Amino acid sequence: MTSLSDPILWAAFVAAAVGSYLVRVSFIVLFQRVDEVPRLAERALELVPAAVLAGLVLPSLVAPEGTVAVLTPKVAAGGVATVVAWRTESMAWTLAAGMGALWLLLAV
Amino acid sequence: MTSTARSAFVDGARAVLPALPANVPFGLVVGVAAANLGLDPVTALWSAALLFAGAAQLAMMELLARDAPVAVAVLTAIVVNLRYAMYSASIAPYLQSFSRRSRLVLSFFLLDVTYALSVAKFRAEGSVDRRAYYFGTALPLWVTWTVSVTAGASLGTGLPPAWHLEFAIPLLFLALLVPNVRDRGGVVAAAVGGVGATAGLDVPFDLGLVIAALAGVGLGLVADPDGADDEPPADRPDRTPDGTTEGEP
Repeated sequence: MTSLSDPILWAAFVAAAVGSYLVRVSFIVLFQRVDEVPRLAERALELVPAAVLAGLVLPSLVAPEGTVAVLTPKVAAGGVATVVAWRTESMAWTLAAGMGALWLLLAV
Repeated sequence: MTSTARSAFVDGARAVLPALPANVPFGLVVGVAAANLGLDPVTALWSAALLFAGAAQLAMMELLARDAPVAVAVLTAIVVNLRYAMYSASIAPYLQSFSRRSRLVLSFFLLDVTYALSVAKFRAEGSVDRRAYYFGTALPLWVTWTVSVTAGASLGTGLPPAWHLEFAIPLLFLALLVPNVRDRGGVVAAAVGGVGATAGLDVPFDLGLVIAALAGVGLGLVADPDGADDEPPADRPDRTPDGTTEGEP
C-alpha cells in the first residue's frame, strides 16, 4: 500500500505512459526520410531483442529476490522452459512447461 | 477495410493468438500488484491501457510500493521501455510510406510481440498490408492485456501467492527470447545481456539492464558482424507464400 495520494499516482502513470510513447514514436518519426538503415545499424538492431530479453529473463531466474542463487526450483523450471521454447517456439507451451515444472518442484 | 486488409488483419490476429494466453497471467500479476499498491480496478485499467508495457508497469509499481521517489519510478518505467526505441528504429523503414497520423497511432502499440511478429512478416512477405497486419497483432493483445490487468486488480490480493504467478513473467520473456537467438551474434548478445543485467542488479534506476543490453549488442556485433543470412520467418509453422507448408529444416 502506497502513501501517495491519487492525483500523484495518476500523474505518475500518465508521465510514464507519455514517456514510453515518446520512446516508441521516436524513430518511427525520425527515420521517415531515411531510405535504408546502414547494414551495421540494422545488424545491431537485430541483436537488441536477444540482449534485452536475456537481460530481463536471467536476473528473474537466478536472482528473483535480488541475490544470486543458482540451485533453485526457478532456475530448474527456467531450464525446462528454455528447452520447450527451443523445441516448440510456442509461448503457450513454454509457459505451461515452466509453470508446471515450478509447481512440481515446489511440491516435492 | 478492403478484403486484402481484412485478411492481413486476420493473419496478424492469428499470429498473435499463441501470445495471448501468456498475457493473461502476466496481466493478472500486474493487476494484483496494482491492488496491493492500493489502486482501484479503474485506475489499473486505464494505466495498463495507456502504458501498455507490463515489465515497465510492474517495475514502476514495485518501486512505488517501496515508497521510492515518484520521479524514480516514472524514470524506471521509461528506462525499462528504452528497448522500444530500438524496435522503433528497426520497424521504421517498413512504416515510412504511411501518413504521419497512421505512424503516430501505430507507434502507440509498439512492444515486443507486435514488433517481433510484424517485422518477421514484413521481411518474409513484402506485399502484405502492413498496417492491417500490425493492427491485427496489436488489438487482441491490447484488449487481452487491459482486461486481464483489470481482472487481476479486481481479484485483488485474493490470488494465492503459492501459485507463483510472478514466474509467468520471465517465462513470457523467455519465449520471446529464444527465437531471437539465431546465430553466434545472438548467443553472444543474449549471454552478455543476461549475465550483465544480473551483475548490474544493484545499478540504480534499472540502468544495469540498459548498460548490459548495449554491451551485449556491441559484443555480439564484434563477434558476428554479418549474422546468418538465411533468416527464417518468425511465423515458421505458417505457410509459405505459395501455399506449401514448411516443416522443420
